Amino acid sequence: MGLDIYKINPEFKDIMPREIIELEENATWSTKMNKPRGIKELPETKELLEEHSLCAGCPEAAALRYVLSALPKPEDTVIVNSTGCTSLMFPHIALHTVHSLFGNQNAVASGIKRVLEWRFPDTQKDVVVLAGDGATVDIGLDYTLQSFFRQEKITTICFDNEVYANTGGQESGMTAKGQVFKMAPTGKKFDKVPMWELATTSGCHYSINMTASAPKAVAKAVREAILIAREIGPTYINLYTPCILEIGLSANEGLGEMKDQDKDRFASYKHISPEAEAYLKKCKEEGLL
Amino acid sequence: MANLGPAYYSPYPTATYEGNITPPEGKALLLEEIVDEETAMREVAKQMLTRENATIFPGPQVLYAWNEEAQKKAKLIKEMAEVLGAKMIPMYDYRPKYPKIDAAVEINPNHPNLTIWHNDIKAAIFIGVHCHYANVALKIVRSETDCYTVGMCALSGHEDAMATIRDQHSEDLEKFIAIAKEVKAELGK
Repeated sequence: MGLDIYKINPEFKDIMPREIIELEENATWSTKMNKPRGIKELPETKELLEEHSLCAGCPEAAALRYVLSALPKPEDTVIVNSTGCTSLMFPHIALHTVHSLFGNQNAVASGIKRVLEWRFPDTQKDVVVLAGDGATVDIGLDYTLQSFFRQEKITTICFDNEVYANTGGQESGMTAKGQVFKMAPTGKKFDKVPMWELATTSGCHYSINMTASAPKAVAKAVREAILIAREIGPTYINLYTPCILEIGLSANEGLGEMKDQDKDRFASYKHISPEAEAYLKKCKEEGLL
Repeated sequence: MANLGPAYYSPYPTATYEGNITPPEGKALLLEEIVDEETAMREVAKQMLTRENATIFPGPQVLYAWNEEAQKKAKLIKEMAEVLGAKMIPMYDYRPKYPKIDAAVEINPNHPNLTIWHNDIKAAIFIGVHCHYANVALKIVRSETDCYTVGMCALSGHEDAMATIRDQHSEDLEKFIAIAKEVKAELGK
């Protein structure tokens, strides 16, 4: 089926809105590309996310675009998300998305992946979890880690904005020590949870900690993580997407904040297991990367 | 009591609470009555041909060419619209549309009444809409408008539609088109 679900019956072309026709004709579906998809196509081709309802200048919205542009096979990808700012964007994405209960996203994704493997044994279906730090590390930590222990073949991407942003600014486990928020007036008392390290020790074959300051780097990490998850096992990306509203920045200051943190809390951390590394090498030879 | 129009239809209780359930195989539901499929098809055709601004709302299952049956149905729905003189407004996906939908050209299952009010639609056929969204849309339409709704369902039908015909595959649509042509001739249209 794949891309067929986006192919409009000719009888209805005259009544379909322009944006849907453009999605069929101009979106960067993998089958239409003679090279891997990537962020270089973003300015010229139809995006899978036409518009979003997040704050102006929100780095998370930009990061989501980078992630979507890097999906190896969007037409065969299911995104599982959880409650948070990101869940405001998912209904706008022209892909299969499943909204799970808060924190349950990795458990839901595990089930979806297993069913897809059973239902479509001849098609490679990618399952990608996209959730915030509250869902991934605080409330959903059990489900997240258990999916790593079980070696589920899914990719988990945490949009780490270091705060519960859309409920007014409560501290999360990912908040930096000492950080003050509107609803955390005395400051965080303990260190930021090193989730990328927990992912490594819990069995992830690929774990990375980075900011969304460099689109190409984000796209590369997403692609690598999804390819490894297909064949080897769970992968994890911790992506800093600051909440400019909660840390008191203007709409044009998000990128600067991420660049600053590239050298601080989000200084590069990357773990690849030996088998994942060997697999990536094979992918490069086959032109998948 | 099942009746037509917002004054009589409230979302609570829904049709099921009023004792209306989906029809058994081979039968159809007209308001609260289980009838033969042909009887229902005649009534649906009559309503669509006589009520103002009759509209067909095709859903994703027929709008997209995802299998052979969908392609066949698309051709038949186009023919059906021509026979019934009905407009077509697509329900092309179920994503919420913000800041607002263009009610003249699209329908959102979460606010279907807006499109029906805007276009003053008095009869509508929902076809190819996935059951769980058809159920939501039909309940809202039932409670908020005086539109005569028809659920042409490939599965077991929708009790919240004023008329529901179940197990509608391409050969059944052909049958409906033939009946619609007869009714049209009887009405002298």
